[in-house]
Amino acid sequence: MKTLVWVEHEGGSLKDATLSAVTAAAKLGEVHLLVAGEGVGAVADAAAKVAGVGKVHVADNAAYAHALPEAVAPLVVDLMSHHDAFVAPATSNGKNIAPRVAALLDVMQVSEILSVEGDKTFTRPIYAGNAIATVKSNDAKLVITVRGTAFEKAAREGGSGTIEAVSTVAQGEGSKFVGAEISKSERPELTSAKIIVSGGRALQNSENFHAIIEPLADKLGAAVGASRAAVDAGYVPNDYQVGQTGKIVAPEVYVAVGISGAIQHLAGMKDSKTIIAINKDEDAPIFQVADIGLVGDLFKIVPELTSKL
Amino acid sequence: MRLVVPVKRVIDYNVKPRVKMDGTGVDLANVKMSMNPFDEIAVEEAIRCNEKGKATEIVVVSVGPAKAQGTCRTALAMGADRAILIQTDDAVEPLAVAKLLKAVADEEQPGLIILGKQAIDDDSNQTGQMLAALMGRPQGTFASKLEIEGGTATVIREVDGGLETVALSLPAIVTTDLRLNEPRYASLPNIMKAKSKPLACRAPADYGVDITPRLETIKVSEPPKRVAGIKVADVDELVAKLKALGVAA
Repeated sequence: MKTLVWVEHEGGSLKDATLSAVTAAAKLGEVHLLVAGEGVGAVADAAAKVAGVGKVHVADNAAYAHALPEAVAPLVVDLMSHHDAFVAPATSNGKNIAPRVAALLDVMQVSEILSVEGDKTFTRPIYAGNAIATVKSNDAKLVITVRGTAFEKAAREGGSGTIEAVSTVAQGEGSKFVGAEISKSERPELTSAKIIVSGGRALQNSENFHAIIEPLADKLGAAVGASRAAVDAGYVPNDYQVGQTGKIVAPEVYVAVGISGAIQHLAGMKDSKTIIAINKDEDAPIFQVADIGLVGDLFKIVPELTSKL
Repeated sequence: MRLVVPVKRVIDYNVKPRVKMDGTGVDLANVKMSMNPFDEIAVEEAIRCNEKGKATEIVVVSVGPAKAQGTCRTALAMGADRAILIQTDDAVEPLAVAKLLKAVADEEQPGLIILGKQAIDDDSNQTGQMLAALMGRPQGTFASKLEIEGGTATVIREVDGGLETVALSLPAIVTTDLRLNEPRYASLPNIMKAKSKPLACRAPADYGVDITPRLETIKVSEPPKRVAGIKVADVDELVAKLKALGVAA
């Protein structure tokens, strides 16, 4: 099977989610990549070096600068005439583009796969991860999104793919990129961080969130996350949210501070290797999944912890 | 301008789903069912468009069993004008739902279709994007803000790194994220009034759409369980544990 993997990139380099998608695609067959964007020469070079990669299709054009699905989907459909599976990481771009591709190919997409069980058989989470479905596709071609935390990352070096420019240019009709407000942070990115410190509604306000959570995160070299409640209350921006509809994370260590552990939050972090919970309510559901729990007042515990590390 | 809002009847978000012993699916017998929470947000947003004078009629559409009439009535009680239930007891995948919605859109000619970004049962996150593709129209997914001016919908989208703004020419497809709005509760008088609002029942065959599933569910199983670990007594003990894990020096 020949696969075409959507390359998620930022600032000229490949994002980790791409490397997990490559691993998933390699289980299906030959791995080709698609790099789309404007001025993406460096990304294409990096993509060609990824272990196991065959061909790298490069669509370098202003039309693809913001990965608008109206422009990108026809491009992918065109390339799919000589590929058998389109594989995208389950990032916001991947989720935006893949179903548009699937419908144009008349294919039912398999979303957020956790494993490849056979040629066309996959597992995927349903009901916020409370159940795992094993599904087999009966379509001629496959369209798949890949949950990054479920697959090892392919090595960034060791490959020797050939770069091939895509000449066709699809224009996105009816959609225009206006602007973006991207959070800038010196801390590691949530979805690829080894350690995450997350805060919940118990932090009470934005000032406390920053004053309590961030020093601990900085001491541990951790990324900062938040529960939906904390984001809804406006303590931190939306891109901090960990959960079923936010980011799915699986770090080595996840520290949940003042998070009760609603089903939808657990869905986003329960695959973390070690979960540490700090909460004043000893019956909070978070303690049912935590490896290490500490019951008490976070406003006393967290500053003490930060100072003792 | 007419708005179309698809709504799905799903397990209530407060209910913990249980996998059936025989591994064929999730047990939905005697379980509380409600409107998909993202669809509630979509209905609310449509009503707000109407209240701001940007829309003239709101049509809700559901694909599902006879009981999905209740879901339609909920949307009518919130403020939608009429409903279409495309009735079937079969499981209908996002691709087939998108094809049915495309057929409805061909009839209704809406200026905007607002959908929930995903249903909390199958968690596919596909229908809106697929509908946009089939209609050949622009899409604004994961919306946290929607503004309509003239023939353009400006959508602020929640993306991995923060927020992104796109401008879409109408007709367009928008899918809702959590922070777009807080859905209202229907008042008792509105619930009574909703009972007499028009609800048309149709069948998938009326639209000439083949809803045969493309994916075969081989089995449904429980996820690996985490077991509760230990509780430590104080910060010093926690620091010792962190050191043992190698995350603190």
